[in-house]
Amino acid sequence: MTDEEWPLYEVFIRARSGLSHRHAGSVHAADDEMALNHARDTYTRRMEGVSIWVVRSDKIVASDPAETSAFFEPAEDKVYRHPTFYEIPEGVENL
Amino acid sequence: MYTQGLDQKTKTSDKPGPLEGPEQLAEFQARVDAEEKIEAKDWMPEAYRRTLVRQISQHAHSEIIGMQPEGNWLTRAPSLKRKAILLAKVQDEAGHGLYLYSAGETLGVSRDQMVADLLAGRAKYSSIFNYPTLTWADIGAIGWLVDGAAIMNQIPLCRCSYGPYARAMVRICKEESFHQRQGFEIMLELSKGTDAQKEMAQDAFNRWWWPSLMMFGPGDKDSKHSAQSMAWKIKRFSNDELRQKFVDVTVPQAQFLGLRVPDDDLHYNDETGHYDFGEIDWQEFLDVLAGNGPCNRQRMAQRTRAHEDGQWVRDAARAYAARQRAKAA
Ligand SMILES: [Fe+2]
Ligand SMILES: [Fe+2]
Repeated sequence: MTDEEWPLYEVFIRARSGLSHRHAGSVHAADDEMALNHARDTYTRRMEGVSIWVVRSDKIVASDPAETSAFFEPAEDKVYRHPTFYEIPEGVENL
Repeated sequence: MYTQGLDQKTKTSDKPGPLEGPEQLAEFQARVDAEEKIEAKDWMPEAYRRTLVRQISQHAHSEIIGMQPEGNWLTRAPSLKRKAILLAKVQDEAGHGLYLYSAGETLGVSRDQMVADLLAGRAKYSSIFNYPTLTWADIGAIGWLVDGAAIMNQIPLCRCSYGPYARAMVRICKEESFHQRQGFEIMLELSKGTDAQKEMAQDAFNRWWWPSLMMFGPGDKDSKHSAQSMAWKIKRFSNDELRQKFVDVTVPQAQFLGLRVPDDDLHYNDETGHYDFGEIDWQEFLDVLAGNGPCNRQRMAQRTRAHEDGQWVRDAARAYAARQRAKAA
């Protein structure tokens, strides 16, 4: 058998219900089920989570850090998306 | 430390690669100086990447090899409680190894490659794990001193400029203080025990004290990677600074335990407010690093055996996964 490395999975953990899943790290595993078990043993030995997601690292689509400024540029000049852009006259309340 | 910054053979390749213009390097340094975190896919100088791969993989290997001296006492722990605690501690060390391998992998080197480098003797691990655990008191001394020294080093690493390494260290640091406390507690119990138990604690302390000081690596004047690592904010304090801190906090703990520090030159310096201590036997340190410590061969043989014994498991899991995939298709 060829000694090919088990694929890499990224691990996301929900610490408590009410919180979103957060990236914790990664594990190697031969298949999805093993990835969940390894993620549990590696990242939740002290009850750090109530739910785990694992996803093959090569399935993640990510933005390119070299293109960061160009990629996020459309949001850069739209200050009017923030409430602080608007001036509210003195005396107007609950706005 | 667990990484000790010891590889001696990488010097020639620390030159910048062809794509690294002075402007790009200056921009990178400015990001680091502004305490921005560098993330996996960000541009980084090749030497920065290489330094991190070396340090993170050494650190990971140390966690993994470090399971051996303590694992030696798992079946002989003096009570079920101690056994459960030690088992949990050793499991944590395996976890630390895994967090660190995964941080290393973000730099484009596979875990298999890092493990292969260790098994082939191309990568190092901390000198401390080449000493034997002769009595139960050694388990106390390791938790108290070795994990104590590790904490000293790892806390500043939580602020390391490389994001994935810093985050792995945060996770590790959360788990380390239990390690140190369980070790101290073992020493405390022995120190309140019979004369033979007290003697056993003192003997373990005598044997682990100096090797623990060596964990911080060579003195500042002989530490070759330090200046660059400091500039890159991989390292925040020098080896000697961390070593001094460790001595300053540990000596009073030893006094509390009624243990004598095995150093005739040790004394409190009123002027500096620190403990002065004797010269470290650097020859011993170099010998252990060169592979001639009391347990180097045994540690590597056991790691290699464990890796080979696990081969059929890796193969079987892969075969099973392939069959499941074929069935689903
Ligand atoms: Fe550890
Ligand atoms: Fe530890």
